[in-house]
Amino acid sequence: MSLDTGGYKGASMEFLSRYGVAVGDSITVTTADGEISGILMPRYESASRNYIVVKLKSGYNTGIEISKIRSIAKTDTKKSPPVQSESRIEEDGTKPRIALISTGGTIASKIDYRTGGVRAALTASELYASVPELAGYATVDPEVLMSEYSENLRPDHWTAMAEKVASKIRTWKYDGIIISHGTDTMHYTAAALSFALQDLPVPVVLVGAQRSSDRPSSDAALNLLGATIFAAKAEVAGVFVAMHAGSSDDAIACHIGTRVRKNHTSRRDAFESIGVNPAAIIRNGEIEMQPNEFKMISRGSRQLALRSSFDGRVMLLKYYPGFNPALIDNAVDSGYRAIILEGTGLGHVSRDCFSSLKKAVKAGLMVCMTSQCIWGRVRMTVYDTGRDLLDIGVLPLSDMTSETATVKAMWALANSDSIDDAKKLMQQNIAGEISSATAI
Amino acid sequence: MTVETVPDLDLKVGFEIHQQLATKSKLFCSCGCQEAEKYDRVFTRRLRPTQSELGAYDAAAMFEFSKMKQVEYHAASGSSCLVEADEEPPHEVNQEALETTLIFALALHSRIMDEIHVMRKIVIDGSNTSGFQRTMLVAAGGYIEVAGKQVGVQSICLEEDASKLLSDESGIKRYGLDRLGVPLVEIALEPVSGKPEEIMQVALTLGRLLRASKRVARGLGSIRQDVNVSIMGGAVVEVKGVQQLDQLIKVIEHEKLRQHGLVIIADKLKKIDERTIGDRIEEVTDILAKSSSKMAKKILESSGSFRAIRLPGFAGLIGFEPYPGIRLGKELGELVRFYGLGGVFHSDELPNYGISKEEVQAVRERLDLGDNDAFVMVGGSDDKIGFAIDAIIRRLKAALAGVPAETRAATIDGKTVFSRPRPGAARMYPETDIPTFPVTGSLLASLADRVPKSWDEVIDGIAGKYGLNKKLATQIFDSNYLSVFEEIVGRTRVQPTFIASKLTEDLTSLQRQGLDPAVLTDSILADIFDRLDRGTIAKESVVLIFEKLMKREGKTVDEVIKALGVSSISDEELSVVLDKVISDNMAAVQEKGMNALGMLMGRSMAVLRGKVDGQKINAALKDKLEKIVKT
Repeated sequence: MSLDTGGYKGASMEFLSRYGVAVGDSITVTTADGEISGILMPRYESASRNYIVVKLKSGYNTGIEISKIRSIAKTDTKKSPPVQSESRIEEDGTKPRIALISTGGTIASKIDYRTGGVRAALTASELYASVPELAGYATVDPEVLMSEYSENLRPDHWTAMAEKVASKIRTWKYDGIIISHGTDTMHYTAAALSFALQDLPVPVVLVGAQRSSDRPSSDAALNLLGATIFAAKAEVAGVFVAMHAGSSDDAIACHIGTRVRKNHTSRRDAFESIGVNPAAIIRNGEIEMQPNEFKMISRGSRQLALRSSFDGRVMLLKYYPGFNPALIDNAVDSGYRAIILEGTGLGHVSRDCFSSLKKAVKAGLMVCMTSQCIWGRVRMTVYDTGRDLLDIGVLPLSDMTSETATVKAMWALANSDSIDDAKKLMQQNIAGEISSATAI
Repeated sequence: MTVETVPDLDLKVGFEIHQQLATKSKLFCSCGCQEAEKYDRVFTRRLRPTQSELGAYDAAAMFEFSKMKQVEYHAASGSSCLVEADEEPPHEVNQEALETTLIFALALHSRIMDEIHVMRKIVIDGSNTSGFQRTMLVAAGGYIEVAGKQVGVQSICLEEDASKLLSDESGIKRYGLDRLGVPLVEIALEPVSGKPEEIMQVALTLGRLLRASKRVARGLGSIRQDVNVSIMGGAVVEVKGVQQLDQLIKVIEHEKLRQHGLVIIADKLKKIDERTIGDRIEEVTDILAKSSSKMAKKILESSGSFRAIRLPGFAGLIGFEPYPGIRLGKELGELVRFYGLGGVFHSDELPNYGISKEEVQAVRERLDLGDNDAFVMVGGSDDKIGFAIDAIIRRLKAALAGVPAETRAATIDGKTVFSRPRPGAARMYPETDIPTFPVTGSLLASLADRVPKSWDEVIDGIAGKYGLNKKLATQIFDSNYLSVFEEIVGRTRVQPTFIASKLTEDLTSLQRQGLDPAVLTDSILADIFDRLDRGTIAKESVVLIFEKLMKREGKTVDEVIKALGVSSISDEELSVVLDKVISDNMAAVQEKGMNALGMLMGRSMAVLRGKVDGQKINAALKDKLEKIVKT
């Protein structure tokens, strides 16, 4: 019999295999203090190896130190959970059709109360069971593309996502695409897809959850519902991020993919539009488009232009008092092709950096400036320092966010023949990343 | 039948005590545990059962979810933060709360867990913003000694308190977040049998043990008892919300009768086939269309409908009362109220309530009822009535077995009402935001000398330290005023016996008159005794001031003193008043000499009560009288 290691390692695993018990078995553990009966539970990989975890009849888990255990008796073998018959989803031909591409993070999940484990619920029927209201708005075809924490995503993952979206769109079956995504780097992916997927005929909506979907208070269901309504019914096309508009469960904001940023570690409304209004607010099942200076493209039957390559050799450097200019030299020496400087205020770094920046530009790197103020536009003609930096050849990026600028530089380098072409792309508004005016 | 004649029913009562801890901060964040005076933030949420609940959750829970449109949370800075708003992961477990729980576990000889796992217990009534209550099993087993006997301990858990329900109207629940996250120790005892008084002694003893640690919160709402009551042939019924111990005796007595009554009813229902209950359900709205029943009119005006359920063999049994007030009809009434409906009638009570004989007959005909059959008729809005009918049928089927396992709420008059079905299997899974942690031997060793002394020792300690007799020491310990008593003793020269008796006997007698002691905050009490210490009020005034404040006849101590006219007077003024009393009664003085003192004292007190200490008046009067008599 093979032992389900369930996270047990080293001493505790050897100990369990000696008694021939596996995760999920009912056991009675005898210690010096008495007997404890329950189900052997999995253990988190990172936790101490000197304990085994037992779920008691009361539902509580408790850890028992193996050095105190005299014996373990197996009273029952793990029962496999009954196989649930997949209820067939009645397809309603009149409803919009949405492709849901899952990349990680669990937008819908199930708890196995026997083991306490949480697993993603990703089949169509599981999805509808989780968020029954979905069926009222669209027929959703789910597909798992990858399963990654968003901090592990790289530019090649963006490429894979863009290609998957393109393949879905080119079937002409879908009224919209939803991508479920871990939230940490969701705004980077949103920017990447905004550049990679041009002339989109339908909306592509990224969605995540700040509270995991296994809890009754999760924001996942409402976010997914908002994303579905927008993907199914919005008049506009483009790349968007749909997340809570506030702390309350009443409104979902749909942000423009290049203008959104995760601004809070944990709040539901962590994602905010920078310098612009969200494209739309979804409330009570209705889409309320927000006034915006960007002319959004409407839905249509146009051919998608896929430009999905990225060149990862871009460094994002945040300036701070005491910043060592050698970091710029290191970027040059390490073969980077572009540096995004996140400067102070209107777009400044200390004059101590000037000579390193000159070397970088001379070495053929594209050096761009954004502001660490997050809100506002860089204006490098106001102070001497800015003018000097412009003379060196540092490219001001207007009101582009640093994160979007970094992603765009990766995309521009991979989609142009020369640094000069890349620079032109950087200063040209492609997907709403540069605004011409900021509302008062 | 009275309680005394009820046969021996093998009554078993288990206690679960929930005691708030007096920690500086909450269990999973740094906010204080004090109640908010006003709320300055509001947000709304909607909880949804997670997927496996959809299949596994019972109809009642799903109903509760479906009727709850939203939950509104009210927060105040200082008493709640993003953690309570479920907008920030929990911080590490409050060490002070954990240590206190471990100290209780040591005092109860309980087996402490090697490694503690914080769990999430699903609660979707909105009282927890997260949709679950965080709870951890700290120890299991052990015992408490009560009157020479050992009562077993089942478990000792440390958990977070829930939000405070502010209101629940038309589908919107409003909760205050200040109480959410306050550390709570839950101690469950093994069920015990015995007389209600003996059982009460168990709760009292456990409560005293907790208070002896001086680490628990005091005051109304800081301790809550759930009682599990079962009798032979019954099931475990959990009663929540018992606040006072004297209420507890009544609740136990009531449950004993109710459960035995249900067993007697079940015996009478023996011949009924479960499958026939509710075998026919008919719409009867048309029959009641012109009814003079106020209830029927109200329901039909709000475009509700009525349906009747056929109950073969139930004739006479829905209204049958084995004990006064114990009948199936009442149980059904409580049940439909849970579903937000008021309109339920059964054939044993009809015709009545404006429903005519003809209407009853028409319903009977529509259901094709025989003489031995009964019906239940329920009215309300269409979205609720289906849930209610299912629940009524389930309840009547359960009646065949006697006592259903359910959760009931204690009422102020010591009865119980249906609150919700008991949750099935525990809905618990790990709180993955908080790593598991071991309880080390060195931590336990460091706590050993902080284990509370036995109650007797504590009482002897208080009695000895403050010179109180044992009765008074017990009273002050059991009251909510032990800490303010100790504070006042420490800062004034007022006799401890005097302070203790005012805070116990006198306050209790005022409470018995129906006055609410909540206005007497610790700072107000300290202020009153400070004034006595400074001599600005007299001893006699203390209770008068208590009474006036409790009657809400003044808001501040100053206001009340002014209204009572009890501010102290100077020695010169005293002398003038006493001289006047003597001269007014000179005839009696000349006749009786020193023997007139008692009468003069009475006259003086009538004028000076509360302004000057009685002993002082007596001494001054005696002095003056002696001088007059000598001359």
